[in-house]
Amino acid sequence: MSFNIIGKKIPKKDAPFKVTGQALYIDDVELPGMLYGKILYSKYPHARILHIDTSKAEKLPGVKAVITAKDFPPHFRIGFMKDNPPLKGTKVLSTRDEIAAVCAISPEIAEEALDLISVEYEVLQGIFDPLVAMREDAPILHEEVGSNILKLPWRLVCGDVEKAKKESAYVVEDTFTTQWVTHCCLATSGCVAYFDVNNNLTMYSNTQIPSLAQNEFLEALTALGLRNRRVRIIQVTIGGGFGSKLDTYPYEYIAILLALKTRKPVKIVFSRDEEFFATSPRQCTITKISQGCDRDGRLTFREVEMILDNGAYTSWGATTPSVMMMPISSLYRVPNVKYTATCVYTNNTYCQAMRGYGNPQATFAIESSLDHLAEESGIDPYDLRIINANEPGEITPQGFRVTTCGLKECIEEVAKRLNWKEKRGRGLKKRGVGIASLIHVGGGARVYKSDGCGTIIKMDDFGKVDVFTGASDIGQGADTVIAQIVAEELGVPVEDVNVIHNDTDICPWDVGVHASRTTFVAGNSALFAAKKIKKKLLEILSKLLEVPPEDVAIKNGIAFSKSDPQKSIPLARALRRIHFTTGGSMLMAEHFYDPQNENLNKEFRGNLSAAYAYGTHGVEVEVDTETGKVKILKYVAAHDVGRAINPLLLEGQIYGGVLQGIGYALSEKMIYDNGYLKNGNFLDYKILTVRDVPPVEIVIIETNEEAGPFGAKGIGEPGLVPTAPAIANAIYDAVGVRIRDLPITPEKVLKALKEKNKG
Amino acid sequence: MEKKLLRFKLNGLEYEIFINPKTLLVDVIRDHIGFTGTKKGCESGSCGACTVMVEDMAVKSCSVLAMQVEGMNVTTVEGLEKNGKLSPIQEAFLDYGAFQCGFCTPGMLMSATALLKENEGKVLTEEEIREGIEGNICRCTGYNSIIRAIEAVSKGEYKEG
Repeated sequence: MSFNIIGKKIPKKDAPFKVTGQALYIDDVELPGMLYGKILYSKYPHARILHIDTSKAEKLPGVKAVITAKDFPPHFRIGFMKDNPPLKGTKVLSTRDEIAAVCAISPEIAEEALDLISVEYEVLQGIFDPLVAMREDAPILHEEVGSNILKLPWRLVCGDVEKAKKESAYVVEDTFTTQWVTHCCLATSGCVAYFDVNNNLTMYSNTQIPSLAQNEFLEALTALGLRNRRVRIIQVTIGGGFGSKLDTYPYEYIAILLALKTRKPVKIVFSRDEEFFATSPRQCTITKISQGCDRDGRLTFREVEMILDNGAYTSWGATTPSVMMMPISSLYRVPNVKYTATCVYTNNTYCQAMRGYGNPQATFAIESSLDHLAEESGIDPYDLRIINANEPGEITPQGFRVTTCGLKECIEEVAKRLNWKEKRGRGLKKRGVGIASLIHVGGGARVYKSDGCGTIIKMDDFGKVDVFTGASDIGQGADTVIAQIVAEELGVPVEDVNVIHNDTDICPWDVGVHASRTTFVAGNSALFAAKKIKKKLLEILSKLLEVPPEDVAIKNGIAFSKSDPQKSIPLARALRRIHFTTGGSMLMAEHFYDPQNENLNKEFRGNLSAAYAYGTHGVEVEVDTETGKVKILKYVAAHDVGRAINPLLLEGQIYGGVLQGIGYALSEKMIYDNGYLKNGNFLDYKILTVRDVPPVEIVIIETNEEAGPFGAKGIGEPGLVPTAPAIANAIYDAVGVRIRDLPITPEKVLKALKEKNKG
Repeated sequence: MEKKLLRFKLNGLEYEIFINPKTLLVDVIRDHIGFTGTKKGCESGSCGACTVMVEDMAVKSCSVLAMQVEGMNVTTVEGLEKNGKLSPIQEAFLDYGAFQCGFCTPGMLMSATALLKENEGKVLTEEEIREGIEGNICRCTGYNSIIRAIEAVSKGEYKEG
């Protein structure tokens, strides 16, 4: 198949705005009469609130409103289990608990007012370890729930694990732990809320879920006594997402209430400090895993028990086991699977979605354990993976129907480029190689009632195309990919396609930018809308050119007869002809695309995604046995992407994912001490800088997914999924120590080396 | 606090403004004058999003007082294009996809511009490029595309004007 625009490295549509400073982010939004909101957080991780005195703050000149829990309806809660009041009135459960908020004519005055609010607490014993919180004698954090264990029944059982375990030739068992890491979006969180004279709300927002946020804010307005109002979400340029904006947060409801009280636009933008401690990170996990294989290396079973620190409240982090099930049941062919996960309330920060949505934690355990099994069985880790690699057409124990699958090619390509056979198992110069693979949703993920996205297309008198999509752009390039798909289908230059994607008043519904779904779902939505408008267009052109519709072709904005190319007409002229005539018409089309995927049933089975993405990462490391420092000498990332619509943007997703993954593996960790974050800044929380970038080789495997737009599957998240186990496996190959706790810091490597040498 | 007069040039235009002498340069640029291309990412000098050029030197504008640029030339990302034409480094960032969310881009561009200016006519090594932008954090791209873009300009693949 040959394409004009698909597969081309086209710069991102909003590039000119982003390189000139014209792109407006949330902190750049200024509205007339705007006020600035600030939030007072709890001093303690666990305490009763005895008294809040805001009288001094209210009297400070320039302060326009001060609110506490009393200003919200008494039972108003947010979050997917409705356990989080936007302002806490009687009890605080973490140091990020919001107690009061102020808005004033300047951020400085608002800040000063916070200092004037006095809160009396009765400090309670905090619980910071999920294992302690699970004990029967542990104090209950949410009295209304009655238990520190969340009522979420994560349990997947396929086949007979006990029987398979007994029959296995080789069995290994390990425990792995992972840490809190945070998104570190370069732009901090924020919003501007304002009400018009009819009490309709407009939110300037960073959200990744405009349609769902709209719904949640409408519920809030109803709770505040404003029934049957409108909510409009306008997304500004979003300065990083990575899952952090997949839920609504207390600060947004606080801004709404302050705006309602003052009748003025209210802006809340987080400081970097707040961004670190008051947004929701990736959850930390404790994972016990056991896997086995037969004499030939065929996997017989996989059993995983996991405990997740939920923190004080519940956001989407608590649902990440639904995605962890995917690699646990379906990464490599394994017939018998058992997985249980328990989410536990503690007085720590509460967790959220972050790129990969639980998959990195699960894959770290699976792929590290698989290397252990390789050693136990005496089979080369590469061979073990090839023996068990998924194949197209297979149905996994969880019920995933695998369509395209390039996993084998990914493993082979990575091994070849790493020079696996030569380098593996030598331990020469403290160097070693490791590999790890991934499966992820690549064709949407039906985690909500709808996995859909709408598109409206119109064409104007100049042959230009406006595409109104439900998709959100968080920097990944939804605007560009959608423009390319529409331009390819319609035969117009990509510059002639304008993509509007940031306003719920004019853009159709979409479930949100998550699950690596936008290219697949919003792309298909745009493609089908383009097909509809093209059909109308061809009928019109057929009349104008006096040839049958099937004889009409469009290229570069010119329509012509395929059999007689002399017969041609510029698209713009054709569009004007049909517009400016009696009974004229203009071309418009719409499509709502909802993929053929399934919600998981009560047993957590079902075809969650319309297609699955695969990949393998390989790494060569050198370990300094004096310092414990790990140096990455070479990194290869091979991904089955279906088709690369725009290799420039696609490679950007993989590079970025890999770098975040290396940070996850080696350096990033939020250090909490009894509920207090100790390293909430860029100096102490180590994300990778340009100094730390190793050479990364990207391999794109195209399997042409039939259900995807022009064959494409998702790629937003996979780049960081197998990074940590690939590195951990390479370290083991280099120096013979297996680190089971992320991040793999020099201290941990040194300690393990010392223990190994002692033993 | 008594306000003081600050005179300086921003993107070639002369400004005279009365400010609290404790005001940071970034706040003068963004809030007093209204050029919002310069970003605030951490306010502690550790992310580089607020990088501007003072004369020809890259400076984190959250870490200097505005009064310190009295009489000097300050350039922000808005000052890079000339007569509607993007500068070589802006063009290269576009072609190499050297950004995703774009929030670090203005600061990154200013560090890159200062680096290229300092080394005009010389082809920079990768190590020199890394050193030149090490104070600028990017969470999206993995830096590779940024390094390649600066390298391309340094090799003369993009010409001024």
